[in-house]
Amino acid sequence: MSLTFEDAAVPARAAHPTLVFGFTRSQAIAFLLMLLAVVVLPYVLYPVFLMRVLMTALFACAFNLMIGYVGLLSFGHAAFYGMGAYIAAWTAKTWGIDSMLAILLGGATGGILGLFLGYLAIRTAGILFAMITLALAQLVYFFCLEAPFTGGEDGIQQVPRGHAFGFFSLSGDMHMYWLTAGIFIAGFLLIHRVIHSPFGQVLKAIRENEPRATSLGYRTANYKLVAFVISTALSGIAGATTAIVFGIATLDGVHYSRSGDVVLTTLVGGLGTVFGPVVGAVVTTSMENYLAQFGSWVTVTQGAIFVICVLAFRRGIIGEIAAFFRLSL
Amino acid sequence: MTMIFGVPAPLLFGQLLLGLINGAFYAMLALGLSIIFGMLNVINFAHGALFMMGAFASWMLLNYLGIGYFPSLILSPIIIGILGIIMEKTLISRLYKLNHLYGLLLTFGLALVIEGLFRNYYGSSGMPYDIPPILQGATNLGFMFLPIYRAWVVLAALVVCIATWLIIEKTFLGARLRAATENPALVRAFGINVPRLITLTYGGGVALAAFAGVLAAPIYSVNPDMGDNFINTVFAIVVIGGMGSILGSIVTGFGLGVIEGMTKVFYPQASATVIFLVMIIVLLVMPRGLFGKLA
Repeated sequence: MSLTFEDAAVPARAAHPTLVFGFTRSQAIAFLLMLLAVVVLPYVLYPVFLMRVLMTALFACAFNLMIGYVGLLSFGHAAFYGMGAYIAAWTAKTWGIDSMLAILLGGATGGILGLFLGYLAIRTAGILFAMITLALAQLVYFFCLEAPFTGGEDGIQQVPRGHAFGFFSLSGDMHMYWLTAGIFIAGFLLIHRVIHSPFGQVLKAIRENEPRATSLGYRTANYKLVAFVISTALSGIAGATTAIVFGIATLDGVHYSRSGDVVLTTLVGGLGTVFGPVVGAVVTTSMENYLAQFGSWVTVTQGAIFVICVLAFRRGIIGEIAAFFRLSL
Repeated sequence: MTMIFGVPAPLLFGQLLLGLINGAFYAMLALGLSIIFGMLNVINFAHGALFMMGAFASWMLLNYLGIGYFPSLILSPIIIGILGIIMEKTLISRLYKLNHLYGLLLTFGLALVIEGLFRNYYGSSGMPYDIPPILQGATNLGFMFLPIYRAWVVLAALVVCIATWLIIEKTFLGARLRAATENPALVRAFGINVPRLITLTYGGGVALAAFAGVLAAPIYSVNPDMGDNFINTVFAIVVIGGMGSILGSIVTGFGLGVIEGMTKVFYPQASATVIFLVMIIVLLVMPRGLFGKLA
């Protein structure tokens, strides 16, 4: 069964586009613009807000690796994001370890959890995959609710930002911002590298026609599982970094509505596009920020955007722009 | 006091009953999801929200119009069913030609809108809905006290589930439905209006959820999150029972409700997770679910 999001696939103008570090020219320009924004914006906007945007973007990019390039919709990515946050917060607070190490441990937790849960889910596809990942994430949620180390309803609070690499103090917002920005760019480039590697080509082949990929001798389940682990590890890193930035890890991180948020972010920006999740993160995070004062209207607005996107706007913002200018973004 | 497996008998039977009650709701919700999935190939993420709306509909009928429990047991499912039909006609039916995941995303969005709106206007604290006088009280069965309303819920759920199963398996309408699920193009060629069957199926599945909502109203307080608490567990049950299996939904719904209740007696810490653990075991041993035919 093919699970391609047909609308998202946009033919590039040139049959053999010139590649710059694996980017097409339009992608390279977009990447440089994004890099410029990451460097300049903290002097214009509130850095704490931007850090939330960047980590939402990394989370969405990681999620997009599964839906856009493997064709599997995970509805349980909150489990990896939230567990990453818990582990980073707990190790940083209890053991007082280096914050960078705590973040990496959070990523490792996401990856290991992804390996176990992915092993259970990866042989299914389509709706069943979405439901199984949702149910497995719910298991993680109830585990976190009961487990003593998560602090239950209170969560883990007052996590010190500490130092990165032993010397780089993170107490100032700008210092924290540069680390967050570095993690985001590294994660973004890693995903880009994965997609354009021979491994990524096999993933695309599986997405387009899995029986044929199998007949060519690829163990498709293993490829999908490795992609899932990469995606969940990066989700864990995004959660872990957010926990260090805000000094808190709570049940919100593992709640299934977080999984819904990341789906929405990616959908708004454009499923299966390189820059869509980043633009989506800007949109949804700003929206949450401005609507926070209106209570439940955030949920209503999110739901309405879901409905509108699915009915009339399936390519998302970047997908529409790319289709209009016939670019690959 | 009688002891069974080192547990006082009243506690054991009390939890067994609670398990059966939860199981009754699991079964009705899973059944609705299965019927809808079989026909539309859409997993209805709005199912929990519609269940909640069923409870709210009966609360509104009582508080705004003075219509009591028993009439609203019929009226609420009809009202919410019609609402479901409108949703299917205006929104969901636009997506049948696309990847089925879009249906999932659309219904998820609808659930967010519905639950958010109810939270705005009714808060999340919940409102009481009294048990109708005739079903109040409890009888002493000798080994335990049986609250009459709870027995009524289990009975009503069983009757509705079996009736639904009989309609699908034994009637002419059910035969058409099953045929349309198997091969819609061929059934259309015989002059049967398949889109109308699809719409009716969605309305029926939604009405089942609303019926469960009315039954739930006196047990759980009527609040916007009541569907939320159930629906994720019900998804796991649908996976365990086998996607789209009618009988599987009913049996696993009740069965897992009982397992959950028993876990509360013997190892309470795992009671919230036991259904998901069962799902993992089933996935490892029988990836298609206990009663599943689909891959």
